[in-house]
Amino acid sequence: MDATTQHEGEAIGTPEKLAEIMQAKAEHQGCGTSGGSGKASCGSSAGQGDLPTEIWEKVKNHPCYSEEAHHHYARMHVAVAPACNIQCNYCNRKYDCANESRPGVVSEKLTPEQAAKKVLAVASTIPQMTVLGIAGPGDPLANPEKTFKTFELINRTAPDIKLCLSTNGLALPDHVDTIAGFNVDHVTITINMVDPEVGAKIYPWVFWKHKRYTGYEAAKILTDRQLQGLEMLTERGILCKINSVMIPGINDNHLVEVNRAVKSRGAFLHNIMPLISSPEHGTVFGLNGQRGPTAQELKALQDRCEGEMNMMRHCRQCRADAVGLLGEDRSAEFTTDKIMAMEVNYDLESRQAYQALVEEERVAKVAAKQAELESLAGEQSDIKLLVAVATKGSGLVNEHFGHAKEFQVWELSTGGAKFVGHRRVDLYCQGGYGEEDSLETIIRAINDCHAVFVAKIGGCPKADLIKAGIEPVDQFAHEFIEKSAITWFKDYLAKVKSGEIEHTVRGDAEIRQGALISAA
Amino acid sequence: MALKIVASQCTSCSACEPECPNVAIFEKNGTFVIDPKKCTECIGHFDAPQCAAVCPVDDTCIIDTSYPRYQPPA
Ligand code: SF4
Ligand code: SF4
Ligand code: SF4
Repeated sequence: MDATTQHEGEAIGTPEKLAEIMQAKAEHQGCGTSGGSGKASCGSSAGQGDLPTEIWEKVKNHPCYSEEAHHHYARMHVAVAPACNIQCNYCNRKYDCANESRPGVVSEKLTPEQAAKKVLAVASTIPQMTVLGIAGPGDPLANPEKTFKTFELINRTAPDIKLCLSTNGLALPDHVDTIAGFNVDHVTITINMVDPEVGAKIYPWVFWKHKRYTGYEAAKILTDRQLQGLEMLTERGILCKINSVMIPGINDNHLVEVNRAVKSRGAFLHNIMPLISSPEHGTVFGLNGQRGPTAQELKALQDRCEGEMNMMRHCRQCRADAVGLLGEDRSAEFTTDKIMAMEVNYDLESRQAYQALVEEERVAKVAAKQAELESLAGEQSDIKLLVAVATKGSGLVNEHFGHAKEFQVWELSTGGAKFVGHRRVDLYCQGGYGEEDSLETIIRAINDCHAVFVAKIGGCPKADLIKAGIEPVDQFAHEFIEKSAITWFKDYLAKVKSGEIEHTVRGDAEIRQGALISAA
Repeated sequence: MALKIVASQCTSCSACEPECPNVAIFEKNGTFVIDPKKCTECIGHFDAPQCAAVCPVDDTCIIDTSYPRYQPPA
């Protein structure tokens, strides 16, 4: 798609009328009193771990931050801010911001009024939608007016929606107070380096204080501003997540140092994402052949950083204007034309009722896992292995093998089941490969797994999986993932012990290009 | 001379628009254009043309030689 087609939508919709609707809604609800953030009354706080209660309250319903919430809650991003103030070698701004989205797909640019209406329309249709992000293409803080106008409009009508924004950090220190004023409690900063020598290989230039800086100097300004912005945010109690793009040979080992630097400044979550790079993206890295990491390299780095702080492993580099649960995209239902024609009736109460239900589901899931985990307590073994799970969400093994566009990967040990990431298997970037190849693609993507849990699977793929050394497991259809995985693992250990099977180590797997979207 | 934007290269990112000290840049038919009557090449404001400095696409904001060099008022 050509970027020049993007502005056609802007003539549609009358901002005045929208403002009117939203004003009426705001009065109707009496905003301010109903700041509904996660109505869970459960004292057991499923999944809180060692996070302070205050932070847990903020993250538990945030699909991007809470490993658990992203199975149940949805987020959406709107793109209102196409301008950027730096250049990254992994970005071709003819397309989207590569930090947040799949290169090659242009997000729809919206005016703040259109964006606000879209958010309300989506939130009314999808009660799980609890988070709004402003992200690429571009840097939200290089377009502060548009970004903050959008927040203002949404804050007025839908006070229960959490606001978050992702930035490269260059302009961040200038806007921290505005951010705090808007009650934006989640900010994501993309930090790829804390050493300007490394930075000079990632950022050709930054535009700062009316001047274009290049090389070491540019990277020095950027890192100083990023870390300063991070400190200022955490001082004000605003949650900060750090995104880092892992670029083999450039910043892969250095990211351990980045991890330490951001942790000491109060970041609460670090998300290391693989570089997505291919010549057709037209990025510097794409053209000079810079490769992305393999699944094993990525996991090894995430593991190295994990002792230091919470790592986020469920990021799928969602498209900036994606709508839905992470990994699901319903944006086709909410195009600008459709939204501007929609009557939006924002019903806070039914949203909250729905969210209470989801809380119950989550508590049930954790209870099931707990019981199973206790039965594992007596086991002694050094075996650690990965399994893939086909799921549609809700923490259940509930997807058919053949329908899965991605698999969740869980690491099993006598310590329990740990979610370690996703593997895409959809054919989106395959470019014309036929059906026969799809099974091979899947096997390559989960080649490091010992088993794959599915709700159902056909005879043919079953045989091929077994041949590839991956056990297809379908007896846990529609059961909780963690509980099922632990049950299977206990059985596996028993078989190893009795000599029925021999434990072997699996090879590496391939990271599929790009973010997960449905090829609608 | 004024600067001009090579329309075929412009991504319509809008980054240049707010940077212009003379409000010479505006959107037209999906890309951004410079009003040569308003553009001063940033002389008297900044060391370098701001539009060119912030533009993500090289050689997109360039000197338009069909205009005489801007003469700052004495
Ligand atoms: S910050 Fe985002 S939009 Fe700007 S150059 Fe980097 S990846 Fe692209
Ligand atoms: S050169 Fe300066 S004055 Fe001319 S259009 Fe660009 S920013 Fe504006
Ligand atoms: S900065 Fe460059 S690409 Fe962006 S709108 Fe201006 S001329 Fe076009």
